[in-house]
Amino acid sequence: MQLTNRSKQVSNKEMTMAEKMYLPSIVQGLAITIKHFFMKKPTIQYPEVKRYLGPVFRGHHVLKRDEQGRERCTACGLCAVACPAEAISMVAAERKKGEENLYREEKYAAVYEINMLRCIFCGLCEEACPKQAVYLRHDRMVPVFLERDDIVYGKDKLVERLDDRYVRMNSEVKATPTEPSLTKAAT
Amino acid sequence: MSEFLNQFKQLTATGYLFWVLAILALLSAVWVVTARNPIHSVLALIATFFCLSGHYILLNAQFLAAVNIIVYAGAIMVLFLFTIMFLNLRREDEESKTNLTKMAAVVVGGLLMVMLITIFRAKSAQVPTFNPVSFDSRTGLVENLGSILYSDYILPFELASVLFLVAMVGAVMLGKREAGDRHF
Amino acid sequence: MDLTVLLVKGLIILVIFGITLLIATYSTYAERKVAAFLQDRLGPNRAGPFGLLQPIADAGKMFFKEDFIPAQASKWLFILGPCLAMLTALMSSAVIPFGDSIRLAWDGTNYDIPMQAIEINIGVLYIFGVVSLGVYGIMVGGWASNNKFSLLGAIRAASQNISYEIALGLSLIAILMMTGSLSLRAIVNEQATFFEWNVFTQPLGFIIFLTCAFAECNRTPFDLPECETELVGGYHTEYSSMKLGFYLFAEYINMFVSSAFISSLYFGGYHYPFMNAVHDGLTGSLGEIAGHNIATAIGTVVFFAKIFFFIFFFMWVRWTIPRFRYDQLMNLGWKSLIPLSILNVVVTGAGLLYDIKYTTWLIVVVMVVLALTSNARAPKSQAAPQRA
Repeated sequence: MQLTNRSKQVSNKEMTMAEKMYLPSIVQGLAITIKHFFMKKPTIQYPEVKRYLGPVFRGHHVLKRDEQGRERCTACGLCAVACPAEAISMVAAERKKGEENLYREEKYAAVYEINMLRCIFCGLCEEACPKQAVYLRHDRMVPVFLERDDIVYGKDKLVERLDDRYVRMNSEVKATPTEPSLTKAAT
Repeated sequence: MSEFLNQFKQLTATGYLFWVLAILALLSAVWVVTARNPIHSVLALIATFFCLSGHYILLNAQFLAAVNIIVYAGAIMVLFLFTIMFLNLRREDEESKTNLTKMAAVVVGGLLMVMLITIFRAKSAQVPTFNPVSFDSRTGLVENLGSILYSDYILPFELASVLFLVAMVGAVMLGKREAGDRHF
Repeated sequence: MDLTVLLVKGLIILVIFGITLLIATYSTYAERKVAAFLQDRLGPNRAGPFGLLQPIADAGKMFFKEDFIPAQASKWLFILGPCLAMLTALMSSAVIPFGDSIRLAWDGTNYDIPMQAIEINIGVLYIFGVVSLGVYGIMVGGWASNNKFSLLGAIRAASQNISYEIALGLSLIAILMMTGSLSLRAIVNEQATFFEWNVFTQPLGFIIFLTCAFAECNRTPFDLPECETELVGGYHTEYSSMKLGFYLFAEYINMFVSSAFISSLYFGGYHYPFMNAVHDGLTGSLGEIAGHNIATAIGTVVFFAKIFFFIFFFMWVRWTIPRFRYDQLMNLGWKSLIPLSILNVVVTGAGLLYDIKYTTWLIVVVMVVLALTSNARAPKSQAAPQRA
């Protein structure tokens, strides 16, 4: 089986005098390494320089709002069921009169928590959600945490802010089922 | 006792160095013989060589001092250490210490001591003491040593080199792998 | 007057000591940086600007690690090992001439104080002796650890150092024959003109010496005593904390000293082309004393440039050539380098008899011709059969 075109047949032939002197090949090798010394380094200085990770990167979770700014989540619990790491927990509540502009459905999540220590960013919650309410942002990572208490993200950190709406920039890549209204025009 | 103290006070820096080196040399030499662990013994022997080199430098024989360090401390003792490390001599090896060997060791050591004392006491071997008129501080330096070795002592020098050559050939012969020897 | 000379000497010794330590410290940084650059990386750049504080961070880490002595180890020898390694490494820079001399005016008289810790007429032998003692640190430490891997590393170090010391000494002897002196300063002064640098008169000796210097420093491709793939960590497997730090540090000091040694033996030390013209010009324009001192300073800078190049070369080779196998190492030492260096000595001697300095080029020419003819006569290596 041939995997690459670079493979060379190993030969066991007697070395010639020039090869036995090592020096020519040593010089050759030194030339190769010194060439690399002056090459441009491909390193990206991570915390200062961040690289675009692509439209399908799964980062920070977001609980979407719809076009009128109502929370889409209906606390059905499918995301929690789908979650292989059991990171999601929620408490459902019934929408009262007068809250129609806050919650889209009649049932909503009063508490919605994701334990970021448990989360493996697999995106199964995104896939499981029937209401297109939970997404993993492609443009933002969960920041480094220093306190253990900070790592269970509640609704305060998860619900999309109206001044910071999330859009998948590349609508052609449909890694997850996306409602047409969620692409660019929706904001 | 007070006489000794007075003499001690009159010593120059070189004199003090001599005494320190001499005492160190004797102590480490005794340690070589008494050490239970052969590795310690070898290390003590190296210390002895260093003290001897110090003595050479005090006598202004720098070349001899350096060569002593290079050849004895730097090469031969490394080989000693090398060999002893290979042997596992941790446990007390009583078999090699029968009464016969002990007695033989005492006899040989005693004979050597008697011989050395006789040699040092012989009239012909008496080295003249320091004479400021004929003293040449450059006697022990490389140039003088070289010219003496290649003029007055050329025959013993060449004989010694032949001896070394013979020893080298012998070592090569011993080390040579013969046909049928295990390859390793 | 005596006191002044003594003070200046003491100062020079302190300075050389400090410089040795500083260079060794920054060699660890340079090693990581060079390694990174040769491998298309950037290397340490977080601690301080360009990562310049990295060695200090490393040393701090070393100091705060647990200082562990194995229960079965021979305690005093275990401690003695790194001490010896460090001691011998530091001792060797004493006789290296770092520059010409500093000229001081005192009571109307000029005093020249050589830029050297001690000027002895057996300088080369001194370094050789100290280098040959360097192996004790490794051997004692390796044995005292009471660990098979450490012991194997120590034994490898011992046999390797002894084997390569012979070729090292023999290649040196050719130089000693040409100079007629064991003093390093005399050897350096012999190479005042550019084309009389020993690297031009002794090309083969230089290559042998360089190879042996690599072996004596236990640097790749001769780093078998600490070969990770076979011996875990070699002789320092059991070491931790600053004891390990001493071993690693001693290696870098050895590297610095051998670079200095190579540059002064083969590359003219503090000499550079048109040195006399520069010296004359400086003394002419700035006066006898200031001009001379500035010329000395330039020479010292040149010398350090040479040293840094060789330290870089050590690192460059480390990331280029893979480690030898042990039998290859011994074959190279005993069957190639020693006969070649003996041949070198003989040819140099013959050249001296007829007062020709460049006779050793003969060996080089012969070797090149042999190589070319053997290459021409070798069966053309068939192109690797193309597989479908």
